[in-house]
Amino acid sequence: MNVALAKTETGRMLNDIFAIAGDRLPGTGKVADRRRQAFDAYERAGLPHRRIEDWKYTDLRVLMRDVLPLAAAPDAAAMKRAAAALKLHAIEGVRRLVLVDGVFAPKLSETADLEKSLGIRTLREALEAGDTALHALLFAPENSDSMVALNSAMMTDGLVIEVADGAVLATPLHIVHIASGAAPAAMFTRSLLKVGNAAAATLVESYIAAGGAKAYQVHDSLVVSIGDGARLDHVRLIEDGREAFNISSAVLRLGAHAHFNTFGMTSGASVSRYQAVIAFAGEGSKVETNGVNLLNGRQHADTTLFLDHAVPNCASREIFRAVVEDRGHSVFQGRIIVRPKAQKTDAKMMTRALLLSDEAEADNKPELEIFADDVTCGHGATTGALDQSLLFYLRARGLSEKEAQALLIQAFVGEAIESIANDALRELAISAAQRWLAARG
Amino acid sequence: MPLLEVKNLQVRVEEREILHGLSLTVNKGEVHAIMGPNGSGKSTLSHVIAGKPGYEVTGGEILFKGEDLLGMAPDERAAKGVFLAFQYPVEIPGVATMTFLRTALNAQRKARGESEFSTPDFLKKVRSVAASLNIPQDMLRRGVNVGFSGGEKKRNEILQMALFEPSLCILDEMDSGLDIDALRVAADGVNALRSPERAMVVITHYQRLLNYIVPDFVHVMSKGRVVKSGGKELALELEASGYAQFEDAA
Repeated sequence: MNVALAKTETGRMLNDIFAIAGDRLPGTGKVADRRRQAFDAYERAGLPHRRIEDWKYTDLRVLMRDVLPLAAAPDAAAMKRAAAALKLHAIEGVRRLVLVDGVFAPKLSETADLEKSLGIRTLREALEAGDTALHALLFAPENSDSMVALNSAMMTDGLVIEVADGAVLATPLHIVHIASGAAPAAMFTRSLLKVGNAAAATLVESYIAAGGAKAYQVHDSLVVSIGDGARLDHVRLIEDGREAFNISSAVLRLGAHAHFNTFGMTSGASVSRYQAVIAFAGEGSKVETNGVNLLNGRQHADTTLFLDHAVPNCASREIFRAVVEDRGHSVFQGRIIVRPKAQKTDAKMMTRALLLSDEAEADNKPELEIFADDVTCGHGATTGALDQSLLFYLRARGLSEKEAQALLIQAFVGEAIESIANDALRELAISAAQRWLAARG
Repeated sequence: MPLLEVKNLQVRVEEREILHGLSLTVNKGEVHAIMGPNGSGKSTLSHVIAGKPGYEVTGGEILFKGEDLLGMAPDERAAKGVFLAFQYPVEIPGVATMTFLRTALNAQRKARGESEFSTPDFLKKVRSVAASLNIPQDMLRRGVNVGFSGGEKKRNEILQMALFEPSLCILDEMDSGLDIDALRVAADGVNALRSPERAMVVITHYQRLLNYIVPDFVHVMSKGRVVKSGGKELALELEASGYAQFEDAA
C-alpha cells in the first residue's frame, strides 16, 4: 500500500512536470502523440528499481527518488557561468557543440563554415520540422526501459548530425553538456548521429558543470547509425558535479564492414548510469568498446552494455576497468547475445576492478547468451587490491604513497585507455584520469 | 659520524623474532659483506633498513647520518640516500621504465628541495648510464622489469643505483639467479659506483660474488645476530669451512 502511494506521489509530481513543460517541448501532432505514449510508458513503470534485472545494482527509487523539474532555459548569467566552465574543458581542433542546461547554445558553439558533407541541426528544429522519417529515427529507442521512455517524453534539445556518404570528417565533433547550476533541475537531451556509408567521423561527448553547481540531473540519449564501410570513433567523459545525476542511454546500429571504437570514462557525478545497445546489422563489422570508472567518496557509476550479434562474421571487444575508493560503487554489466544466424562471431569481454578501500564495491556481471555453434566468445572478471609488493618497490624508490598508487592506477586503467584509436582523444582521456588522480591529493 | 649505525636491533615478523639484537656500523667509503646461511636474517635486515611493511621492530635503533631511520617512511629513506637493490625486483606492467625512472628521480629530488631534472638532461643521463651497463634502449621503453631476464632485472637495479646516486647501497643477494657472465656485468656496474662518499652493504650467501665485489669488511650472521666480523679473508675461510661452525656457536 505504501509503495503504491509513494509511486503515485512521484507519478503525480512528474505528471505536473510533463504538463508544465508542455509548451517548452518541441513538436506537435505525431511528435506530441509519441511523447504522450512515452510518458504513459514511464508512468506505468515508474523509476527503475532493483527488482528489474537490468537495474539490479542501480536502484533509482533509492538513489534518485525524484525526477527534478525541467531546467529553465539558460539566462545571461547561466550562459556566463557555462562559458567559464567550458574554458576549463575546451579541446583544441574540434567542432564544439554546446548544450547549456539542456538547450543548444549557438554562441558557445561552432556551426559556421560547415563542411558540405556535414549537416547539423538542433533537436528542436528537427522535431518542429515535418520530416517523419527522421522523427521515426529520433523515437527509435524503445519505451521498454522507463528512463528511455522518460527521455523520449521530455527531450527538449540536442544535436542532429548527418555525415554524408563517403565523407571523412577531419575535425572531431565535440558535444559539451554544461549544467549552469542555477537551480536544482533536470535537463533532457537527445542527439542523433548518422554516419553515411563509407564515411568517417569522430564524436566526443563531455558532461561538465559550472563551478558550485549543486544537485542537477542529466537525462541524455544518443541514437547512432553507422553506415556500410563507415567508421566512428567515440569518447564520452563524465565529469559532472559531485552532486549530479547522469542517466544516459545510447542505441547504436552498425551496417556491414563498419567499425566503431568507443571509450567511456566516469570520474564525476554522484550517481551515473550509461546503458548502450550496440547492434550489428551487417556482416564483417567490428566494435571495440572500452571504459573506465574512477570513483571515490560515495560515487555510484553503472555501465551496462548490450552487444547484439545478429549477423555473422562480426567481432567485438570489451575492456572495462574500475578503480574504486572510499565507499564508491562501480557496476559493470556486459551482455553479449549471439543470435542463431551469427556464425563466426568473435566476441570477448574482460572486466577488472581495483578496490582501494575495504568499503569500496564493484559489481561485475558478464552475461553471454550464445545461440550459434561456430563462434569464439569469452569473458573474464577480476577484482582485487593494489599489490603491496609493487607499492613497496615504488616507495623504496622515493615515491610517496599517493604517487605510487597513482602510477599503479594509471597502469591499471592504461589498457582500456590505450585502446582509444585516435591520439588526441587518448590524450584527452589521460588528462581526465590525471585530473581525478590529482584531486585525490 | 658513521653513515649507518644499527644498534642492538630486534625485529619480529608476526610472532617470531628474526633479529635478536643485531649491531652493525658502516662508514662512508666502506664496502661491507654480510654472509650467512638461509634463514639467518640477512634479508630481514635489508628490508627493515629500507622500511618494508610487515616487520615489527621491538628493540634497538637504526641511525642514518645520525637520524632515526625507523621513524621515516620508505620514500623519505630513499630521498635521504638509502637504496635497496632487491633480490627479486618486481615486474610492473603498464608503467614504462622511463616514466618510472623519471618519476622516482624527481620525487627524490623534490623531497630534498632540489629542482626537477629537465627532460633532455634526464634522457642524456639515463642513456649514458644504460650504455655503460649494456642495457638496450628498447628495455627502457618496456614496462618496469616486464619480460626482463634475471640478469636484466639486476642491471636495471644497478641502473637505478647509478641514477639516484644514493649514499648507502644495500645489495640483497645480487648474485641469485645470475650466471657468471651476468654476474660479472652486474659487479662491474657496482664497482663503478664505489666512491669515498658512498657505502655498500653486500648481502650474499656465497663467497663467489665477493671475488667480483671485494669487500673491506665481512660479517657472518647466524640466527639473527652478527657472530663474527673480519676482513675479506673471512669470506675465504667460510668458503673452506662452511657455516656450520657459526650455527653451533650462535
